[in-house]
Amino acid sequence: METAETKGIPRLRVGFRFQWEPAQNAYVLLYPEGMVRLNESAGAVLSEVDGERSVADIVQNLERRFPEAGPLTVDVLDFLRDARQQSWIDIR
Amino acid sequence: MTDNPNPTAKASGRIGPPFWLLAELTYRCPLQCPYCSNPLDFDNTRQELTTDEWVRVLRQGREMGAAQLGFSGGEPLVRQDLAELIAEARHLGYYSNLITSGLGLTEAKVQSFQNAGLDHIQVSFQASDPELNNAVAGSRKAFEQKLAMARAVKDAGYPMVLNFVIHRHNIHQMNDIIELCDRLDADYVELATCQYYGWAFKNREGLMPSREQLVKAEAEVNACRERLAAAGSLMKLIFVTPDYYEERPKACMNGWGSLFLTVAPDGTALPCHSARLLPIDFPNVRESGLSSIWYDSAGFNYYRGDSWMPEPCRSCDEKGKDFGGCRCQAYLLTGNADNADPVCSKSPHHDRILAARRAADHATTGLEDLTYRNPENSRLFFRG
Ligand code: SF4
Ligand code: SF4
Repeated sequence: METAETKGIPRLRVGFRFQWEPAQNAYVLLYPEGMVRLNESAGAVLSEVDGERSVADIVQNLERRFPEAGPLTVDVLDFLRDARQQSWIDIR
Repeated sequence: MTDNPNPTAKASGRIGPPFWLLAELTYRCPLQCPYCSNPLDFDNTRQELTTDEWVRVLRQGREMGAAQLGFSGGEPLVRQDLAELIAEARHLGYYSNLITSGLGLTEAKVQSFQNAGLDHIQVSFQASDPELNNAVAGSRKAFEQKLAMARAVKDAGYPMVLNFVIHRHNIHQMNDIIELCDRLDADYVELATCQYYGWAFKNREGLMPSREQLVKAEAEVNACRERLAAAGSLMKLIFVTPDYYEERPKACMNGWGSLFLTVAPDGTALPCHSARLLPIDFPNVRESGLSSIWYDSAGFNYYRGDSWMPEPCRSCDEKGKDFGGCRCQAYLLTGNADNADPVCSKSPHHDRILAARRAADHATTGLEDLTYRNPENSRLFFRG
């Protein structure tokens, strides 16, 4: 189902870098003078955030990547809301 | 949805990798700030590391797991290979930060650093008023240039991050400083009262604000915050007050040899940028690899853990929180770096802090009486 929320396109805010960090064995977000180590699900969602895909696309991709996880819309929206609150991303 | 990024090694007794690598590329600098944290005898240091030597250090640091990289100095812009080092840092996967006075920066340089993959730039100011700013920095052109460069950084798409060093001669200007930042459309503003190491320790009497000044400044900053928020501004204001007015010390560097690794211009590896003043033999990246420096050298293990602590820290239940404070401050104020940081009210040397506070109430030292950081003055601090 398309809603205003799932049509939005999230992208990382300027100054944030998302990357795989071998020493942490995890995805991380790097920002001025700091780093957040992401757990697996957060890493999976952010790995789909490229400033072009909509939330609906991201959900679809993740559901394809993790079929055993079931429907993911609610979880993804929750996480993205949280990420926006932390000012890691904005959503157009 | 996040885990703690840096569980400190201490808890498990295991030493974790350095997270921060600070590359002090040079002690050369066109400015002469009297609060500079560089060593007093900076003019006595051996030859700077070459480009190849820095590249090797960056590689080794990244292999160990360092993720944040700072380029500082001195003024890092005087190094002609800065863009090259930034490109290498980006290639290795560092998040790179440039800490500059803005002097020597041009729009073309901002562009070339951006192309090389620089993530972040911080420009430091001395005060909001051109006269005072220039008096403190010991340079007349400095202020206009800094303003222009702050704008250029923002035009290039970076957040504008400004740092103002605050002391008794500009602490009354909080309103003006914040207004200037707002006009420039700054994103982050750090108002940092200077910390008393290096030249700032030498000049402490002439720099340290009185309690009265500090209280007034805090009220001004808070009022500005409210005004900005009401006007819908997103600018973030951080006011760092001097630990000389605290009763407990700061958890210096998050613990000795726990997250930070500084490499000085001549290759000396240090657990923090002022540790050079301690009577400890620190290793040099020209002689050993970074990994053996971090994990095995006597210098980096000197104050790891807590078995080195004398009383009152030894039996204190807060030692896991502040690690006994800052070793450099303990050394500067008590002559023995093992002691508790005298900022702590439990320290038998806390009277030195109280004396400094009293002195700040009555100090008459003017700007012209400060010892400015320049090679000539530096030579007074070593024989040669
Ligand atoms: S504090 Fe001032 S003198 Fe020292 S390195 Fe920075 S700009 Fe140069
Ligand atoms: S006595 Fe030592 S460990 Fe305890 S609070 Fe003071 S400085 Fe920290």
